Amino acid sequence: MNNTADIVMIFLVLTNLILLGSSRLIACIRTVAVQGIVLGLLPLLLNGWSLELHLVIFSAAIITLKGIVFPWMLTGTLRDLKTQREVEPFIGYGISIVLGTVILMICMWLGSRLPLSGPATSPLIVPVVFFTIMSGLFLIVSRKKALTQVLGYLVLENGIYAFGVALVDQQPMLVELGILLDVFVAVFVMGIAIFHINREFDHIDTDKLSGLRS
Amino acid sequence: MIRALLLIPAVAAVLSLVIRNALLRRIILVLTAIGHTAMTIAAWHTDPAPLLDGWLMLDKPGLLFLTITSILFLACSLYAFGYLAGEAGKRKQDFEEGVLFTNAPGAVFCACLELFLATMTLVTVSRHIGLLWVAMEATTLASAPLIYFHRHHRSLEATWKYLLICSVGIALALLGNFFMAIAASKPGSEGTAIVVDILIRKGQTLNIPWLKAAFLFFLVGYGTKMGLAPLHTWLPDAHSESPSVISALLSGALLNCAFLGILRSYQICAAAGQSEFCRDLLVLFGLMSIGWATVFILGQTDYKRMLAYSSVEHVGILALGVGIGAGATFGAMLHAVNHSLTKAMLFMAAGNILAVYKTKTTTEVRGVLRVLPVTGVLWIAGFIAITGMPPFGMFVSEFTLLRAMIEQGRIGIAVAFLAMLALIFVGMSVAFLNMAQGKGEKELHLNGKSDSSDKSESVFAVFPPMLLGALTLMLGLYIPTAVNELLHGVASAIGGY
Repeated sequence: MNNTADIVMIFLVLTNLILLGSSRLIACIRTVAVQGIVLGLLPLLLNGWSLELHLVIFSAAIITLKGIVFPWMLTGTLRDLKTQREVEPFIGYGISIVLGTVILMICMWLGSRLPLSGPATSPLIVPVVFFTIMSGLFLIVSRKKALTQVLGYLVLENGIYAFGVALVDQQPMLVELGILLDVFVAVFVMGIAIFHINREFDHIDTDKLSGLRS
Repeated sequence: MIRALLLIPAVAAVLSLVIRNALLRRIILVLTAIGHTAMTIAAWHTDPAPLLDGWLMLDKPGLLFLTITSILFLACSLYAFGYLAGEAGKRKQDFEEGVLFTNAPGAVFCACLELFLATMTLVTVSRHIGLLWVAMEATTLASAPLIYFHRHHRSLEATWKYLLICSVGIALALLGNFFMAIAASKPGSEGTAIVVDILIRKGQTLNIPWLKAAFLFFLVGYGTKMGLAPLHTWLPDAHSESPSVISALLSGALLNCAFLGILRSYQICAAAGQSEFCRDLLVLFGLMSIGWATVFILGQTDYKRMLAYSSVEHVGILALGVGIGAGATFGAMLHAVNHSLTKAMLFMAAGNILAVYKTKTTTEVRGVLRVLPVTGVLWIAGFIAITGMPPFGMFVSEFTLLRAMIEQGRIGIAVAFLAMLALIFVGMSVAFLNMAQGKGEKELHLNGKSDSSDKSESVFAVFPPMLLGALTLMLGLYIPTAVNELLHGVASAIGGY
């Protein structure tokens, strides 16, 4: 069981690094989708494939949302935009990856300082979760396109979700589904906002959204 | 009763989307507000029964913030009733850059407004901190379309910043939730439900490092939403670009709801004996917010942004008050009520001024007292109230805070607090008094932007702010016994008196 959790965590690190280094928006969307699907399997993996009803429903809901609905919505938005399909970073891909590994090291150090009282499933969880959250934040601040910022938000959310599934005992179904619903609506509303930004400005570069100052 | 409080606005939101008649929709909006306020008043008399195993329960802090939200929404719905008649779905010319834009359709606006009320109500009644999080994120999503009512690029920019910054902030608060769950769990035993009451009861057995980390994430996460500096960056944009009635709701009701989220986690930390740690952080963020706001209020040329920065100042005062503790907690709670009432009144008055003068620049507005007599008086009264002058309620609350600081011997903080309030007074007085005085008509014609047709002040535009102003004036002169008891009850629930 420890092994599967470790593999998932290493997979998370790799997908984050891919996101930091890839130049095409469609590739980023797909990477986030794959990340979502693997995370959706995490609750089942951690419980040794015991097919309890609420676990299955929860997993299915996550895989449908993160693996299918979000990528579908985002690729749809991308198709409508007729925008450049490049990510257009403020910070280049190479430097992003180097910075990513530096962040990973810092997170490893941080993770070793926060003791876990509960049954630790894998020592990698805390550092990897922090790394995923930081990668999400990094994508939000270092990329120009509004669409990449949404992807960054999703990665951030994936990290937090992975933490919840791996370390926290089962929260009530109502709350978990509520959280998922919120994230879904958030992405939906952001999609609409991107559509409007594109229509209003003919681009979705957020660095040009700077009319409002102090 | 809690069920009714949640269902009234939710059902109204659905109705608003279905109904085609604009007038009927606006009537439903006002009726929703009246129904909601009636239920809130009923909750003052009899404690509503808990729902869902005590997950939804109205305790004293919840009741206080619910009441603020409800009263404010009532005033805003009346104001919106008049506002929407002339605005919803219309094509308008932008007065800053002259571009044409369309307003959002009335159905979407009304539905989102009612949904916003429903989600804020859910925030005030949630005792399960996971559910509280869900409700908090829902308030962001319900209010984003409201900010984008005027469909032009500046409001779009504000909406995007609001959505992204608040969503990321609140996502961090979710991590705080998980940390809290870890702090509450024991090795080898079943996990606990993270309900505030259970966590407070378990107090001493909580895992301290994780609990501290949880409080930090809650403070940063909900602090973003509450507008604590330096996490407030979305706030001035959203408040200045949304319609005034929405600015009033965001400032008066939403910021308080986020504050409630911080208070809940503070309650838990205090039960675990960590109140020192939390209070120091709250004092730090509080002073930082007041200081930051002071810098931006001095020399501010946009009056709606000035009001927005004043909100940053006042949420700072709230955090500072709870951070000082003891008698200041009561002051902070009273301040929350006063700030909501006064700020909503000022935003509504600003909306009236904006409608006639068609500019947000303070130097281009002159003679409000002559052109709009009632709004002018409200504007001056609001200025006196917001800067904490007697006889308004804020004087009492700020004085209580100051007294508690001196009693505790924290003279340095008291001096800094007073100095910043004085600077803010200077900064605001220049703008407010210049706007109110002078020969109005001439300026208006020179300006050339406004037409004489919309110079009358309708009842819907002046009655709601008058009502709010009267309430805060009353709190300055005399605090009714029931309110006083509730405020002291809230203060003792969060470790003060």
